[in-house]
Order: sequence, then C-alpha cells, then structure tokens
Amino acid sequence: MPKYNIQVNGKNQEVDVAEDTPLLWVLRDSLHLVGTKYGCGIAQCGACTVHLDGAAVRSCMFPVSAIGTGKITTIEGLSEKGDHPLQVAWNEVDVPQCGYCQSGQIMTAAALLAENPKPTMNQIVDTMHGNICRCGAYHRIREAVKLASTKI
Amino acid sequence: MSTVNKSRRDFLKLTSLTGGGLLLGFSWFSAEAKAPIVAAAPEAAATLGFNSYLSIAPDGLITILSPNPELGQNIMTSFPMIVAEELDADWTKVKVLQAPLDTKAFERQVTGGSGAVPHSWKLLRNAGATARAMLMGAAAARWTVPVEELTTSDGFVIHAKTSKKAGYGELAEEASKLPVPKEVKWKDRKDFKLIGKEIKNVANHDIVTGAPLFGLDFYREGMLQAMIQRPPAFGMKIKSVDAEAAKAMPGIINVVTFKNNVAVVGKSTWEIIKARRVLKVEYEKDGNIESTDDHNTLFKSLLDTGTPTVRRKDGDVETAFKNAAKVIRSEYQCPFLSHSPMEPQNFFAHVREDGAELIGPTQVPGAARSDAAKLLGIPEDKITVQITRLGGGFGRRLKTDYSNEAVELSSILKAPVKVSWTREDDMTGGSYRPAVRYRFEAALDASGNMIGYKCRGVGINSGNPTRENNFPAAAVENLLIESVEHRSPITTGAWRAPITNFLAFAEQSFLDEVAEASGKDPIQFRLDLLQKVKTTPVGTVGYSPDRMIAVTNLAVEKSKWGVKKPGVSQGFSVYFSHRSYVAQVAEVVMKNNKPSVTKVWAACDCGEVVNLSGARQQVMGGIVDGMGHAMFSKLTFKEGEPQEKNFDTYRLIRMREIPEVETYFVDNGIDPTGLGEPALPPTGGAIANAIYKATGKRVKSQPFLDDPVFTAKAAPLRAAPKKVVPPKKTKLPPSSLKKSKVQ
Repeated sequence: MPKYNIQVNGKNQEVDVAEDTPLLWVLRDSLHLVGTKYGCGIAQCGACTVHLDGAAVRSCMFPVSAIGTGKITTIEGLSEKGDHPLQVAWNEVDVPQCGYCQSGQIMTAAALLAENPKPTMNQIVDTMHGNICRCGAYHRIREAVKLASTKI
Repeated sequence: MSTVNKSRRDFLKLTSLTGGGLLLGFSWFSAEAKAPIVAAAPEAAATLGFNSYLSIAPDGLITILSPNPELGQNIMTSFPMIVAEELDADWTKVKVLQAPLDTKAFERQVTGGSGAVPHSWKLLRNAGATARAMLMGAAAARWTVPVEELTTSDGFVIHAKTSKKAGYGELAEEASKLPVPKEVKWKDRKDFKLIGKEIKNVANHDIVTGAPLFGLDFYREGMLQAMIQRPPAFGMKIKSVDAEAAKAMPGIINVVTFKNNVAVVGKSTWEIIKARRVLKVEYEKDGNIESTDDHNTLFKSLLDTGTPTVRRKDGDVETAFKNAAKVIRSEYQCPFLSHSPMEPQNFFAHVREDGAELIGPTQVPGAARSDAAKLLGIPEDKITVQITRLGGGFGRRLKTDYSNEAVELSSILKAPVKVSWTREDDMTGGSYRPAVRYRFEAALDASGNMIGYKCRGVGINSGNPTRENNFPAAAVENLLIESVEHRSPITTGAWRAPITNFLAFAEQSFLDEVAEASGKDPIQFRLDLLQKVKTTPVGTVGYSPDRMIAVTNLAVEKSKWGVKKPGVSQGFSVYFSHRSYVAQVAEVVMKNNKPSVTKVWAACDCGEVVNLSGARQQVMGGIVDGMGHAMFSKLTFKEGEPQEKNFDTYRLIRMREIPEVETYFVDNGIDPTGLGEPALPPTGGAIANAIYKATGKRVKSQPFLDDPVFTAKAAPLRAAPKKVVPPKKTKLPPSSLKKSKVQ
C-alpha cells in the first residue's frame, strides 16, 4: 500500500493506506482521531466535516491521495484548550443533546466564521443547512454560531 | 461489578481502604479513567439499602455516578442535579461518571419510555438527603452542638451561632462512620438551587473537543473490526456465500457466516467496506415478500374485514351510530420510519474462556447482558457491560440485535471485535416505526354533541396501535377502540413516543374534523369534552383532565389563539403521553403552494422541571423531530427491500425548515412525569390542523409533503373560510397553574 505524508492539526503523519481511503477513515482508524464522525459516508450529513487549508470538506468522500500538501484541521485541533469561540459558545448556549453531530457542526461553522466573521442569520442557516442533527438541536446551533460571531 | 450486599462493617472497612471520604452505595471507578472511553470495571461497591451513588473525597470533590444510558435526553446532567440538590452541594465541585451495568446497585438502568426521572426522583433525592444528614451529624458531633442548629450551603455545614463552618470534604470521613439515617427530610421546593434552573450538559466540553465518548469511538489495541452483510430484503435468507474474492482483499482477516449474517473481518473500516463490495452472497425466499403497495391494499381490506381485538368498549356504540344525526368518518395512515440515530449501530464484544466483556451504545444494558448469557450459555455474572455515550437512540437501541451479533462473532473468532454498521446497514437493517392505518368514526346528535366514537387501527407488526384509555376515552358515552395486527417479516420496534408519534396526529386531526362538523371551535370542543370527563366520566379515566385543560389554556394564552394575522393559519393539538401533557399551536404560511411551519408554541406539564435547559431541548428537539418526520420522512419497500437507504433519499428535517419555538412549562410541583418523548406527538396534529385552515385540504397521510395537492403544480389552494372563535375561558383548579416559565 502507498504511504502518504499528511499534515493533521499541525503534525506530520505518515499513513500506509490505499489511495482511495477516505480521509475520515485515515483519521479514525489510522490516527485514532475519532472526534470526526461517520454519519452517512456519502457527504449528506456533515458529521465528518474537517478543514482542508481552512475550507470545510466532507472527509467521508475525500480520498487521502487528494490531500497532497494541504493542511488538515480536525475538531481535536480546532483550538488548543477547547476554547475556540464556537466551542465556548456551544457550552454557553448549551447546544449538545446526544452530541454526535456536533464536531461536524462546529467545523462547518468555524470555516464559515473564518471566511465571514460577521454572518447574517440567513447566511448561518444557509451554511448549516448541510449538517443534519437528528436530535433537532438546530435552534441552539444557529444561536451559538451567532453568539460566537460576536466574540471573534 | 464484584461486591454486593456489604454489611455495615464492610462499608466502614471499604471507606478506610479508599483513604477516607464518604462513600454511599457507590461504585468506585478507578480514578480519572476518561480515555479511551469509559472507566475500567469498578473495583468495589458498598450497598446501604438504597440506590444512590455518590462519594465525597477529603478534598471536597463529589463524584456522582449516572447509571442510565445517555443518548441526548441529558440524564447524565439531570440525575446528578437531583442528588446534588438534596446534598446541598457546590455544583462546580461535582463530577459525573457513567456507571457500568450493575443490577445489584442500581434500578432500571434503561433509557426508554421517558421513565428515568419519574422512576428515580425519590431515590435520588434520598441519596443526596441521606449524605447531607450524615455530614450534618458529623459536624454536630465535632462541634458538640445540636444538629437542629446546623444548616448547609454549597458544600459546607454551618453553625451560625458560633460562626463555625466545615466543608463536606473535611467531614466526609467522620460522616462515613455514622449510622445511615432511615428517614431523611427533603428540601422544600422553594429552596431549590439547581432543580428548575438552567444547568449545562456536563459532557459539553468532551463533546465540543471531540473526545472519544461514543461506542463507535471505542478502540482497544489488538481488537478486530467487522461489518456484517445482512439479507437485502425482509423475507429472504442466505442461499450461498462465495467469500473467496472478499478474503483476498487487502487487510481482510476472515469472512465468517453465521445465521443470516456474513461478517467481513479486518483491521480497518475502509478495507472492510471495499471487501464487502466483492463479497458474493445469494439469497432466497424465506417468508412473505412485501411491498408498500401490498400494505396499502392490505390496510384497506383489514380495516373492513380484519378480525379486531377489542381494546375498550363503553356503552352501546351500535345504537349511538344508528341514532346519530350525523356520522363523520375518516382514515389516516403513516409509513414506516427508520430511527436513524446519527451514530450507526455498533458494539464491541470480547468473549473469553472465563466470561465476556461488552462495550457499546445501548438503551438496555441489562437485556444486552442477558441475551449474551443465553447465546454463550454462561451465567450473567460472568459478563460485564460498559455503557458508552449513545449518538442518539430514538428507541432503536432498545433492541439487542447488534450487541448479540458482536457477541456471536467474538465467540466464533475467539477474539475481541467491534462490529459496526454503515448508514445503509442501519437504514435497511430493520426495527422500524411500524406503518399503521386508522379509521375513525364519530356520531353526533342533532345538537352536535359527540355521542359515539370509534377507532380501529390496523398495524404492521405494531402490537396495539391504539391508546385505548387516552382522550377522548372517558368523554364519550359510547366508544369502541379496536386493533388489527398484520404479521410481517419487516421488523419493527419502539420509535420515540411509540404509537403516539403517529396516533396523536391522526386523532387530533380527526377531532378537528368532528369539531367542525359540530360547529364548534376545535379547542372549545376539546375543553367541553374534558369538562365532561371531570363531571361525568365514562369508564376508566387514564389521564388527568385538569392537567390537559391547564396546558390547553396555557397554549391558547401564549399563542394568542384566534387573533387573526394575514396569511397565517393556526392549528391546535393536545396530547397526553408518557405521563405528561403537551398542548401545541402551530402557525403555517403557504409558500409556493407548500405549507411552511413558521412557529410552534408548546405548553408542557411534565411535573417538576429538573433542568430547564435540558427540558427546553427535549421540547424543541421533540417538535423538530415530530415535524420533520410528519412533513418529510418515509421508508418504503419494494419486494421486501427498503427503497430509502441513506440520507440522500431518506429525508430528515434540516435547519432552514425549522419553525420558531416557544416553550412554556406549567409550574405545579407535581413529581416529574417525563419529557424525552411527550413533546413529539402533538406536533403533527397541530401542523395538519393549521394546514387545513390554510388550504381547506386535510392531509391524512404522512409525509405531508407527499400529498398530491402539494407535489402537483396546482392552482393555489383556497383558504378555508371558517371563522375562528376563541374558546371560552375555563375555570382552572386553583393549584394547576401557578405560573409559567417563559423562555
């Protein structure tokens, strides 16, 4: 199997996997970074969202061979102490129910705020529409994104 | 769990062994065992004749075990809150740990039926109050003052007269040597500092930093991974397996066939997924092969000719309908639904010579263990079960099929193995909300009074699809509730608010139909019936008319029911389920010939609200869940095969579609009656009744948006010309509505 050198959360990692292996399974199975979640495997739910050079990508359909020199950030690397404004806002608004989708929600929102630090509520909703929360915590997700945008 | 029925002396010995501190019926985890997932098996336990689970360390840190599976209902926060309230603890010094299965130390380690808080309310209060009494006893002895002169606050015992103050941690060891009081006093609810307040989820930090909490996150060095190929259609079984190509794929360790399962075993998920693609399994017929079209035909014939089971019969229904001035008849139908928790099914099992270890997301750890014991032919006490956090459940994880598979596979492989399901495996693998069709009939006399009521439900593997003692039972002289069951190879199970998740929509829609036929405002119509239940009930009354009236009036008040807004239509629904009462008003506006739900008001009576933040989440989430499935979701079958296999075709509600929600709670001080489910059932009915007002079209099947009237590019629907008359004020019993908490 080919070896890939990828940069994840600021660390260089060598992984030995087939070229079509989705980044999701490289993170979860090879690197044991399990904050990135499997939800559907077909880029429909957003639970697997990570950043590639700051942009939100669905890692479940993103092959390892396409990463190249791109820098990957996962929920584990979003902040050093779990104090990214979104992580703080998620607690402040008390967003999580089961919590499973939340790392994907936060990573989607973080890419939005990096690009547009003061989004309107409509822009937040349009961006977050791609992430499913089966518990239906949508009200608090959008509120937390809005709150975080006031702290950036 | 190793230690049970400890005597008082054992208890003391145990506390001294653990280096001091108060240990009450507490299963001590090895310290700080967060990674990789849950703590190691507990080392010791003490049982003091009550079910409570807290320890106080000499440094004042209080550890409270949460025994019930956490799937988003926030039990891991609300259970310890109740203990900490009666203990008068400093919440910032409380640490919560998930307990493993321990049927000797804990009762009802089950998540289901919105029953955990109602069941454990008193036990948990006793747990906290007992420890508090012992700490006060220790302080009284230390300071030689009467215990009656002591108070507590935020983790301290205080003697005001002498200005003495001692932390719980300082007193813990002395307290542990005192006799355990048989009777303790609870706080007055007016003194609650935690209960009823907004307390944040104790797992928030772990969740937002991606800590390994869930079953699917579990990893242990040396464990194998596996996925299982199951029959693609219900009513099929394996005919032959050709695993040669799959076995030759990179990373594949074995392919194992057992029962109707073909397990592909390897070391990494992606290699297993790829090997499954070249696995050749032939299937053959093994029972009825059914399609959704067959069910539609079957429903109609069984409603007419099926042999019903009578669930409730009051009065003389035949005569009432014969003498009726008007008869209203209507049928409602719902499709199968998948539970689709965001975390697909998975379980880890390690079957050894001397026992077995199970780790994973389950709502029923006890059943997982007893099933494993039966499968392996070993006693239950040789099996441990660790409960991981559940990435949603919705009833799916009340089943043990997925833990059983892991046990069987580990037993065959003689190795630790984690079996995980793909989303497609999860959606096509069975255990659905059953499909049901109802026929309702109402008989009205010449004055528009409902003198007869009939409901016949036909369900596919639904069990009893009626709730025969629910409203309007007890309000109608002549009533007949019946059910007909069709047995199918399609497997079904409890789905959040079982049966009522659809029955409520059907019944609350039908009641609006009857109200209209009788010329009454739909809410006044219900209030009149509830008044009758209060004054002259018929037969068994399975609910409280006062509590139902109170939530109805609260919803009317908050939503300003009947006040007209241009282009906006309101619908009402009220339902009793899982011991709690929820009334909802939904507002609908029509956009491009499709209904859009813009707002929902929810008035809830779940008794005492434990955690206001978590309670609002359950109500808002329940409404989003109820609305999403009523509007968008269905699982259909063709020749036994589910046609929707993933979220590209199985439609779940998303952020743009949610309504604004306002949540209110009746503050009546009744012991908690449950809230994980009760907010879901009323939503579909409130929306459907609003859609009717907006369009004149009564939607009678789910999902609503499949109705031809909304899918066709038809001419704009007419607005129903009905004039809305606000209901008369009904006098409330004095205690039922003290004040509402406004979000």
